[in-house]
Amino acid sequence: MTQQGVRWTADQVLALAPDPASRTAGSRLGAAGPWSGTGSSGEGTVWGLCEGGGSTPYRTVVDIADASGPACHCSCPSRKFPCKHALGLLLLWSGGDGAVPRGEAPEWAEQWIAGRRTRTEEKRTAGTSGSSGSAGPEAARRRAERRAERVTAGAVELEQRLADLLRGGLAAAEQSGYGLWEETAARMVDAQAPGLAARVRELGALAGTGPDRPVRLLEECALLHLLGRGWLRRERLPEGLAATVRSRVGLPASADGPAIRDRWLVLAQYDTADSRLTTRRIWLYGTDSGRTALLLSYGAAGRAPELSLPVGPALDAELSAYPGAGQPRMALGERFAPPTPTDVRPPGTTTARAVARYGEALRDDPWLDSVPVTLDRVIPAPDGDGWQLADADEDAALPLTPAARSRPGLWRLVALSGGAPVRVFGECGHQGFTPLAVWPEGPGEAVPLC
Amino acid sequence: MSRTTTAVDAPLPDSWEELVTTALLGTDRRTPAGSAPGPDAPSALLDAAAVATVRRRAGLRPAPAAERPRPAPEDPRPPLPSAAARRLTMLLADRPGAAGGGRRGAAPDLIELLPQWLAAANARGFAAPPAALPALLDAARGRTDLRPAALRFAGPRALWLARFNPDWRFALRSTPGGGTSVPRLHDTEGIRRFWQEGLFAERVALLTALRSRKPATARELLAESWATERAEDRLMFLDSLRTGLGPDDEPFLEQALADRSRNVRATAAELLSALPGSALAERMAVRAGSCVAVDHTRDTPTIAVEAPHECDAGMERDGVVARAPAGRGERSWWLGQLVEAAPLGSWSRRLGGRTPREIVALPVADDWQGELHAAWCRAAVRQRDAAWSRALLGEPSAPEAGGPGAVSLAERAKLLGTLGAAERAEWVAGFIETHGLSEAFQLLGVCAVPWAAPVGRAVVDALDIARDAGSYPWSFSGVMGLAERCLDPSEAGRLDALLAIPDEPENASPGAGGYWSEAFQRLVTTLHLRATILTELTPPTP
Repeated sequence: MTQQGVRWTADQVLALAPDPASRTAGSRLGAAGPWSGTGSSGEGTVWGLCEGGGSTPYRTVVDIADASGPACHCSCPSRKFPCKHALGLLLLWSGGDGAVPRGEAPEWAEQWIAGRRTRTEEKRTAGTSGSSGSAGPEAARRRAERRAERVTAGAVELEQRLADLLRGGLAAAEQSGYGLWEETAARMVDAQAPGLAARVRELGALAGTGPDRPVRLLEECALLHLLGRGWLRRERLPEGLAATVRSRVGLPASADGPAIRDRWLVLAQYDTADSRLTTRRIWLYGTDSGRTALLLSYGAAGRAPELSLPVGPALDAELSAYPGAGQPRMALGERFAPPTPTDVRPPGTTTARAVARYGEALRDDPWLDSVPVTLDRVIPAPDGDGWQLADADEDAALPLTPAARSRPGLWRLVALSGGAPVRVFGECGHQGFTPLAVWPEGPGEAVPLC
Repeated sequence: MSRTTTAVDAPLPDSWEELVTTALLGTDRRTPAGSAPGPDAPSALLDAAAVATVRRRAGLRPAPAAERPRPAPEDPRPPLPSAAARRLTMLLADRPGAAGGGRRGAAPDLIELLPQWLAAANARGFAAPPAALPALLDAARGRTDLRPAALRFAGPRALWLARFNPDWRFALRSTPGGGTSVPRLHDTEGIRRFWQEGLFAERVALLTALRSRKPATARELLAESWATERAEDRLMFLDSLRTGLGPDDEPFLEQALADRSRNVRATAAELLSALPGSALAERMAVRAGSCVAVDHTRDTPTIAVEAPHECDAGMERDGVVARAPAGRGERSWWLGQLVEAAPLGSWSRRLGGRTPREIVALPVADDWQGELHAAWCRAAVRQRDAAWSRALLGEPSAPEAGGPGAVSLAERAKLLGTLGAAERAEWVAGFIETHGLSEAFQLLGVCAVPWAAPVGRAVVDALDIARDAGSYPWSFSGVMGLAERCLDPSEAGRLDALLAIPDEPENASPGAGGYWSEAFQRLVTTLHLRATILTELTPPTP
């Protein structure tokens, strides 16, 4: 943590913004005008005073070197995180035109940084010693048993509802509309099986879209049935698959895999949101281990999750895996240094190998929608209404998913390729390929597509 | 299913269809293959469907490749320096209107700096970073004024890209050569074929491009197909002759005076009157001259005006519109048109060898001054006559220059356009020193950017005075916005003294001092930013 952090690019800073409005507001503040008393320390702290509406300027301080992620504090009343002042300050700093000189942190900034570092330190020590506390292992086991019983009851009810559905036919069920699924989802929430509830809700969203709806509906019903059955017979499954079933059903798990230290290249970061929750996915690639890892973090609806990593550079950190065979989710442990640039790129493969890899992954987790893959030497090509990534050297191609077709990232991908082969990282699954990052032919960092 | 094809070795495809049909109908109505009817049938169906689903997914194969796009043309320009590329990202991220209306705060309007950024990048000949092309095209789509510079900067790859997105079709239309096959200008045969077969917009683009290089060739091309063009097309084509207009065009324009369409006739007459040596200009000089004379019978020489009594067929043929707009006298309407179309050079002869300045200074009898001077203004603009413009503009410090005199502000702005940049700047600076900023917006708009030193100084001084007078800065928001974009960045140093919040004078509007300080801060910040932008675009020589 003593190393001077590399300056971020404007893109990386803007990627921290919780919503487009903050992005714009932040860009406006990314100029020297409203700022005074700005400075940065060698340890990755940036601070400044921003002229706002009131009589006293807002005090903004950002700590980008902290082991627990970029953190910021601002005296403004905004409830967004990070607020526009923090974004503006980082933009100013990233501009690198001397507007944020090196210097000694003023007292108010120093206090906050020190306080924050102490708190994280406390949290870490508390984390290692506190888990065995409270009521003891016996009580925990009884709690887990009680929950498993409720999930089992839920799974039995779900099986029953699915059987009723199939008895009457999917065509008839569609007339009953969204309410049927909502009600079933609510029952699964009562049964403390949030994973089942989420799948049911997605089924409800599926009903009423697209020409291949009956097929998708049957597929998802069948997979839901498979999961319910998997839960009811989990004792007879191999341990890896049983863990996958537990996590798919929605039981809490902790990342208790061994810590893997590596220089993790940040491949992509993107958010999906529903009415309750914002989910952030961050894909990492271990430049030494060659492992691909997924970090998940959550925020309340309309607020950005706190964990944010700039796409492009690599960070030296420890990750540990969640249980479950073949699943990429890991948890971020200690970070040893702020992100630094790297010219390592994950090795790529062909489209045929990419789908084969998805097929193999289904063996460990039949509910998997996609796997992370890097494609090498592919050319984006228009294909009817959609787009595909075609191998430069073979007559084979992967279609882009319908969602990827409507994203602005598609055009960045096409522009960067210019009809020439590029390397693309993304998610490859039964719906097609979702490109998330692209590398230009020449030197250069990954360009995010999401 | 997507176009990713299904497993090749599966014995299931038929039975998958079967499963879907059964599921749709329900197991009560149709028993799934290979299972007994009864309470377990749904479960058996779901078991089979689960196996089939995972199997189908595990057996996916890539689809055959569609036709790959042909590669984008090379962009030979050097890449942008990385600081400039970052700046571009920030400017493009600032969408207008996103922050809502209201007070503008102390931060600069980034999107307003984009035109300058593009001009500077183009002047230095940098290539656009490919990843920025979509945002550039979107920006150019939203603002037509940005298009030429944005598309030039975006370069050949952007045009390649625009073919794939219907939203960006404008790029193919508005760039000469942006379409697939606009011929090169020395390819005579290609041009002829394109002129005969092209779409209307493409033909206009071709004619405009050709006219700016080879005016005669363009005219000959037009003359060839003239008789067969539609009236509204003829009007547009004729309009493109405005560029590179010269004496050689006269015969063609004379012929167009007899056109079937009134608008075409009027445009032809207008173009001819801009050629002082043309026969039409000569006819107009005679007509106008017969209406205006110096009356020596008075104590001081005075211009006497006798407006025409009728609009004859000859006048109409030469583009004079016979019917006056509602509320205007016919005779003054005709007079205005004659004087406007008469060559200004003819007046000196007609009015006793006087210079333009002397002529403008002469009193005019019977309230004709307004009509006469306004017509001379239009003539000076049309014929781009600097001497007459100067005379009609008068001294910037003259009291009538600020008020509603014979020459309106809009006309003054147009007259200024005929003068050189330095002279324009001097005049506008003089105007602001005497009359302040409230009337200056239009005039500032015609000054060259960045503003010459006298203009900049006059504007800053006037803003300072306005602040001391205690009004609110938003009364001057138009000029402020212009100053942010047009003031020379090196003037920023002179503004430092204005940043402090002054003590409020007694008669000031409450809080005005703070708002002024904020407005000046935004001005200074924007100037610094503009200076930085230029530095970023000028990489240190290795």
